[in-house]
Amino acid sequence: MNRIIRKQYFSPKVVEFVVEAPLIARSRRAGHFVIVKVGEKGERIPLTIAQSDPEKGTITIVVQSVGVSSEKLCNLNEGDYITDLVGPLGKATHIENYGTVVCAGGGVGIAPMLPIIEAMKKAGNRVISVLAARNKDLVILEEQVAQYSDEVIVMTDDGSSGQKGLVTDGVESVIKREKVDLCVTIGPAIMMKFVSLLTKKYDIPTMSSLNTIMVDGTGMCGACRVTVDGKTKFVCVDGPEFDAHKVDFDEMLMRLKAYS
Amino acid sequence: MTREEYMKQRRSEPWRDELRRSIKAKERGERARVHMNELDPEFRSHELKAEVNQGLTKEQAVAEASRCLDCGNPTCVTGCPVEINIPTFIKNIERGDFLEASRTLKETSALPAVCGRVCPQEKQCEAQCIYIQKMGKEPVAIGYLERFAADYERLNGIIPEPETPKSNGIKVAVVGSGPAGLSFAGDMAKRGYDITVFEALHEIGGVLKYGIPEFRLPNDIVDFELDVLNKIGVKFIKNCIVGKTISHEDLLNEGFKGIFVASGAGLPNFMNIPGENLIGVMSANEFLTRVNLMDASNPESDTPVQKGKSVAIIGAGNTAMDAVRTARRLGAERAMVVYRRSDEEMPARAEEVKHAKEEGIEFLTLHNPIRYEGDANGRLQRMLLQKMELGEPDASGRRKPVPIEGATEWIDVDEVIVSVGVSPNPLIPSTFSGLDVTKWGTIVINQDTMETDLPGVYAGGDIVRGGATVILAMGDGRQAAAAMDSSLSKVN
Ligand SMILES: Cc1cc2nc3c(=O)[nH]c(=O)nc-3n(C[C@H](O)[C@H](O)[C@H](O)COP(=O)(O)OP(=O)(O)OC[C@H]3O[C@@H](n4cnc5c(N)ncnc54)[C@H](O)[C@@H]3O)c2cc1C
Ligand SMILES: Cc1cc2nc3c(=O)[nH]c(=O)nc-3n(C[C@H](O)[C@H](O)[C@H](O)COP(=O)(O)OP(=O)(O)OC[C@H]3O[C@@H](n4cnc5c(N)ncnc54)[C@H](O)[C@@H]3O)c2cc1C
Ligand code: SF4
Ligand code: SF4
Ligand code: FES
Repeated sequence: MNRIIRKQYFSPKVVEFVVEAPLIARSRRAGHFVIVKVGEKGERIPLTIAQSDPEKGTITIVVQSVGVSSEKLCNLNEGDYITDLVGPLGKATHIENYGTVVCAGGGVGIAPMLPIIEAMKKAGNRVISVLAARNKDLVILEEQVAQYSDEVIVMTDDGSSGQKGLVTDGVESVIKREKVDLCVTIGPAIMMKFVSLLTKKYDIPTMSSLNTIMVDGTGMCGACRVTVDGKTKFVCVDGPEFDAHKVDFDEMLMRLKAYS
Repeated sequence: MTREEYMKQRRSEPWRDELRRSIKAKERGERARVHMNELDPEFRSHELKAEVNQGLTKEQAVAEASRCLDCGNPTCVTGCPVEINIPTFIKNIERGDFLEASRTLKETSALPAVCGRVCPQEKQCEAQCIYIQKMGKEPVAIGYLERFAADYERLNGIIPEPETPKSNGIKVAVVGSGPAGLSFAGDMAKRGYDITVFEALHEIGGVLKYGIPEFRLPNDIVDFELDVLNKIGVKFIKNCIVGKTISHEDLLNEGFKGIFVASGAGLPNFMNIPGENLIGVMSANEFLTRVNLMDASNPESDTPVQKGKSVAIIGAGNTAMDAVRTARRLGAERAMVVYRRSDEEMPARAEEVKHAKEEGIEFLTLHNPIRYEGDANGRLQRMLLQKMELGEPDASGRRKPVPIEGATEWIDVDEVIVSVGVSPNPLIPSTFSGLDVTKWGTIVINQDTMETDLPGVYAGGDIVRGGATVILAMGDGRQAAAAMDSSLSKVN
């Protein structure tokens, strides 16, 4: 189990792995994540399940190398085994026909967004995906996203792909143009905060998938806690998705710096 | 034969009669209780993994065993939740047959080396010893002797290879690998069942591994017990969450005829006071998991852990004592226990409190935190404590702490570890439809059979009791094994 079947670079720092995990492939739904540990002294880190193939018994994860543990994982090759892999964790995304859904994904947040885009489309929604990244190289999965989107808007900080601007610029252009029933946002906490502020202004219900620091991922430690609507929630079991307008993003941003 | 008759029979063996008469009861009663050999407090408060209690020597054990009066009506046994045949094992130590002592323990307890170390003896067996009940003296050191006998067997390598039982081919699943799950697995495997234990984490052992630190319960001891289970054919599947990775239906489809749920009470409670989400405030579970399961204080480990200089632990149970003593070992210059009641109500084992005090831990009893404050970066700086006094007894019979109006105090801290209890893990109750659950989230069982409302699904340990003890969890595992076996052997 946990053998890496395929490895593909999306950019020098972003890697896609297809991993053997038959039980997880069978039971997971859009929005679920896994906890991965590389090596005996490795750290447990959470990663969203981007895709799965129950027949082949595989799951797909997309990892951005940002620190020690994600780098260790990115250094593994086809045929290697991931020491520990557990899941599916968290609550699945609530999917229904809302009407028009804007999916705003930033950086590596595009990977966890993909299964949601697919499920939203299959549920009959009009899906407009806004993908944002610093530059062209960091825009990942554009083709796969396009497959399930009615429209894809790409935003880059430097204009090297799509339009020059922030994710919020892309989302706002859609809101100004047509009625949006739901916004889903996944990406760096700071990005989700600003998307949330924007959609709040327009009163558009918004769901965000939070990426807090975790240890066990099963509700045992509380490392992942955030304040939602004034109450403490554990992202790994109560989430990872929450009503963005109720999330205390400033506290979350602060807590992400606990070990840096 | 009833248990009483069996105990009487063993007591009337000729050697035992002779041994009893060899020293006068009065003389036994005058002997002083043995002292445990311990590491020096200053030394050990920097040693994360060195076990504090060093065990008794053979001579000490025999001498302590000679204090036991081998009572005709041994009240100590009534204090033990699994009714270990205490005088029989102790008299075997006195006559020097340490292996027979260990064998006696194993008739009832699956993990004597563990229980001898972590049982709250002063509230259980030792509290009922005639020495304390009738003679006003210190009780026989039953826990120390239990540990001695179990360790002797393990360390002297003369353990017969466990017999591999004849398989009956019936598949049984266990959810969780804590003491309840392990003792159940052992008993069922010995009866010939095909046992698979599913564990959510990447290590087997439950709280014995991720919670209780090595300075109190070395991993070797747990690993030894796991090895025995491996040898008798128990299968362990790590990183598998029942209810998530595989469902109840999956288990049934795979032909499991019985399921024992021992998923523990792992969810930490917080107090919901201002500042509790500051960086530096964490649950005892998080702190202990990082240090014990993830080995975070080892430079080779990738998992970080904060090493506070001024650390407060909120609460005074075993978990709190483990956390505060761990913080001390990681370098805390000031390490305190903040507890809203008084010394007497502290739920922790007496020995842990004593050891903590020796290690320089401060006890701020009758204090309760009401607010935390941090710096501009959200890092904890100080806590506000409310002073308390004891009022009328509450429903639990303990005197209720009430705030003394206006009496508050700020204390500088850079780390606070919250240890105010745990709740049952909701995963199984929420994914096994049809289970009856109390308002506290514990699973309801039939007390005689340990079976839940779902036929074939049994439960025990902390998921049924809320936070309890190792010995109770272990006892539940054994009782459930006996009940499930009798039910399955009727059907098959
Ligand atoms: C539910 C969930 C799903 C996730 N899905 C994915 C995914 O599909 N792909 C992916 O690449 N990452 C994902 N993440 C984030 C990923 O877990 C972190 O990037 C990883 O834990 C960082 O570990 P590290 O040791 O490599 O970096 P560290 O050395 O721990 O950190 C390096 C830098 O990253 C920041 N950081 C640390 N933890 C996180 C975090 N949880 N989120 C954001 N920034 C963080 C730190 O502040 C620091 O600046 C997810 C997180 C959660 C909670
Ligand atoms: C720090 C600490 C110190 C303690 N000190 C003492 C002491 O000195 N003396 C004493 O008697 N007691 C002590 N206790 C209490 C004692 O450890 C517990 O009462 C006992 O461990 C309960 O055993 P259990 O088998 O019910 O559950 P646990 O030991 O909690 O084991 C449950 C296991 O199930 C796993 N699990 C949960 N859900 C699932 C699932 N869905 N699928 C698969 N696996 C799952 C968990 O990961 C865990 O490994 C202490 C507890 C703690 C936390
Ligand atoms: S198991 Fe615990 S309570 Fe029972 S005799 Fe041993 S130490 Fe005492
Ligand atoms: S009550 Fe005390 S003295 Fe009597 S048998 Fe038990 S341990 Fe021995
Ligand atoms: S990661 Fe431990 S409780 Fe969420």
